[in-house]
Amino acid sequence: MTGDRTHPLLWAVTGLVLTYLAVPSLLVVVMSFSGGLFLEFPPRTLSVRWYQAYWSSGSWRDATVRSFEVACVVTMLATSLGTLASIALVRLTVPGRSALRALMVSPIVVPTIVLSIGLYSVYARWRLIGTAAGLVLAHTVLALPFVVLNVTAVLYKLDRSLERAARSLGAGPLRTFTQVMLPLLWPGIASGAIFAFLISFDEIVIAMFVSGSNPTLPKLMFDGIRYELNPVVAAVSSQLIIVTSLALLGSAWLRRQTDRTRG
Amino acid sequence: MSRSLVTLAGVSKAYGRTVAVNNVSLEVGEGEFVTLLGPSGSGKTTTLMLIAGFERPTGGEILVRGESVVARPPEKRDIGMVFQSYALFPHMTVFENVAFPLRTRRLAGPEVAKRVDEALAAVRMSGLDARYPRQLSGGQQQRIALARALVYRPSLLLMDEPLGALDKKLREEMQSEIKTLQRELGITTLYVTHDQQEALALSDRIAIMNGGDVIQVGSPLALYERPATDFVAGFLGDVNLVEGIAAEAARGLLRVQIADGPEVVTHGGPPLAPGKRVRLTIRPERLELGTTEQAGPNAWRGRIREVVFHGELVRYGVEVPSGVVLRVTRPFRGPDTLFARGEEIWLTSRPEDWRIFA
Amino acid sequence: MRPRSSWGQALVLVGPALILLVTVYLYPLAWLLVLSLTGGADGVVGFGAYGRFLESSVYLGVLLRTFRISLVVTAVCLVMAYPVSYVLSRAGSLTLRVVMVFVLLPLWTSILVRTYAWMVLLQANGLLNNLLRRLHVIDEPLRLMYNEAGVVIGMAQVLLPFAILPVFASLRNIDPRLHAAARVMGAGPWRRFRSVTLPLSLPGVAAAGLLVFVQALGFFIIPALLGGSRVITLAMVIETQVVDLLDWSLASSMAMVLLVVTVVLVVGFDRLLGLDKVWV
Repeated sequence: MTGDRTHPLLWAVTGLVLTYLAVPSLLVVVMSFSGGLFLEFPPRTLSVRWYQAYWSSGSWRDATVRSFEVACVVTMLATSLGTLASIALVRLTVPGRSALRALMVSPIVVPTIVLSIGLYSVYARWRLIGTAAGLVLAHTVLALPFVVLNVTAVLYKLDRSLERAARSLGAGPLRTFTQVMLPLLWPGIASGAIFAFLISFDEIVIAMFVSGSNPTLPKLMFDGIRYELNPVVAAVSSQLIIVTSLALLGSAWLRRQTDRTRG
Repeated sequence: MSRSLVTLAGVSKAYGRTVAVNNVSLEVGEGEFVTLLGPSGSGKTTTLMLIAGFERPTGGEILVRGESVVARPPEKRDIGMVFQSYALFPHMTVFENVAFPLRTRRLAGPEVAKRVDEALAAVRMSGLDARYPRQLSGGQQQRIALARALVYRPSLLLMDEPLGALDKKLREEMQSEIKTLQRELGITTLYVTHDQQEALALSDRIAIMNGGDVIQVGSPLALYERPATDFVAGFLGDVNLVEGIAAEAARGLLRVQIADGPEVVTHGGPPLAPGKRVRLTIRPERLELGTTEQAGPNAWRGRIREVVFHGELVRYGVEVPSGVVLRVTRPFRGPDTLFARGEEIWLTSRPEDWRIFA
Repeated sequence: MRPRSSWGQALVLVGPALILLVTVYLYPLAWLLVLSLTGGADGVVGFGAYGRFLESSVYLGVLLRTFRISLVVTAVCLVMAYPVSYVLSRAGSLTLRVVMVFVLLPLWTSILVRTYAWMVLLQANGLLNNLLRRLHVIDEPLRLMYNEAGVVIGMAQVLLPFAILPVFASLRNIDPRLHAAARVMGAGPWRRFRSVTLPLSLPGVAAAGLLVFVQALGFFIIPALLGGSRVITLAMVIETQVVDLLDWSLASSMAMVLLVVTVVLVVGFDRLLGLDKVWV
């Protein structure tokens, strides 16, 4: 800032904290290659047996597919609902706009356990326990705030006169949206979509109550560690970390795209 | 007198309790260049937006060729629009930008290419087809925006402070280009600006607005010479404002007594009772400075208080009896024609150059 | 005229999301409220369930313990977050990006993955204990699991990024010219920190504290897994009531209390300081 260097002690503390943040997961990744019956660090023998156990197990595969399918639908639903809502929130001046925005973003604030038992009770009556639809609806509620926050952020920065110009040139609202707004908004929308996917794929608390006899991947993981430490979970974990890393890389790349197209 | 293309009849726009446009009536003839001029918040941009269709009036009627367009969305109003921020689509090339309205109207490929080329040639931007807006300067972008707004030959061109983001020299260059282009095409144009010089230079007629009202409409000359209010007088160019009391009126001439100061003889205007307080204005360039004593009405002694050199003009502050300081501008004719500070001179003015406002 | 058309547009755009939120979000919460007020022995409407909750020493104890753990976690997080955020705010763009990976990747990694990692590490015969015993630092294994210590360690790690981001944002937003001005006036580094940096970063610190505390209150996974049956938080009790004991009115009254406390804290904070500090 003004030229004086940061004290080395502060760097040391930062290093320790970052270690605390990162190391446990890294250790799990390494240990997932343990050859023995239990996880060890450092692994005495290296093997992919736990990965094989994961991929050859019907129940793990089913749970993974389940999570993936649900997450895909959630992504599409949350992205479309959230993008449309964001346009209304930013461009239209309707009374109660800020209350509406607060409502859409509020699921972030509500403790998931509270929503989970509410859904458990209501889904029992509606016979949605154990269904993909039930999960999709619930996860979309959780993912919506992230889409709205991402898309409204990009929308605020979009010059309003671009839309006006398009309209004055003869383009109706739909054409203006698809040919002018969408090309400039898509990085923000895609960013929101990525986070929506991650949120649904990793979600555990609601899934615990509502997935019934068709568990999602997190639910199966939870069962696998609640009473024992199933080593397969280590293999699942390291793969999840890779997926998350790719997702974050994607969203970082998207952020750079936004800066580029706005010149 | 060409027939009206656009008619505003008693148009109002209110946002809750704030009135942005108050009962505005205006007629714009075919092929005319009309400017809406006023300070920020005067309602000029809102009026333009109402004509474009981005806002709906809360009262009154907007007619184009006699038909009401109030219920019509902007894309169906056959308008071309240019914005202060240029509003070129950043993700499209220059060609795609200018082609956009033509493609929207489903013109065939070859026709589109031909018209885009013509439009770019008209604004002297040929050859930039493949560039992106961010690669162009402000002036270039505004020209492209103009080409885009005109390429499909709309019946009305709307311009919202298009030159506001450009520097002075470029602005003046663009002003004359816009004027030439408008005359060649004969397109009816409505222009919004707060820059009175721009308005005077470009317009066939000016509508001065303030606080949501249209104060006066007329040709630049008419507004400059015969302002309806002292606001108009002060907004268009510089003006000296003096207060005084009407004295006697005889043979079409009125004498006004400035407090402790000289008498001004001017043409009456509406009949005023003696003793009435009035305000008088005169343009700085209408006051004459001389070293020799002058005879006749409105000849006063004065002392030069201030000399400011503006290149082509010199501005003097001249103090006359009673302490009133009048601003006088003279074209600069060489260093030896300058008056010095403290010098005593004679100030004269013609009665017809003074305006009275009650 | 105008209001009608924009209402129509707004309805089309916002309608679907609203329908979703009302049926699958507001309705279940409202239903919980109803459950918490009814479901007494004879279907009597009233605050009976709340009474059973707040007047029971056991459950009250759970509530207080949940608060206490959340406070401890918040304090630990803030203490760790400040130095890191400070260093980050002064880092060059490359260092910034690298360190951000260390902060954002854990943030978005599944909580189960991270909890599992701690379980593997903190067990009696887990990694940490084995390492310390091999280095002869300790003889007996440290009891870091199935107790509050383990829960705090796990929760603090998961919530730490939520603390770092707001503090970092507020530090970064301090106008560097303020430091320059202070320097010109003769203030040394410690003085500058105390008078310029610290006070201006407090809103970010407060936002960080709020974010961490409010989330910690509702935590279920980490206390359940790292605390076993020894550390019982409010969320765990709620789960037990619903899944094992089927006492819906008690469970929903607890859920409502948790919800109200959370909402009051967040809204109160927003009113006092504004929540825009939080989003980086």
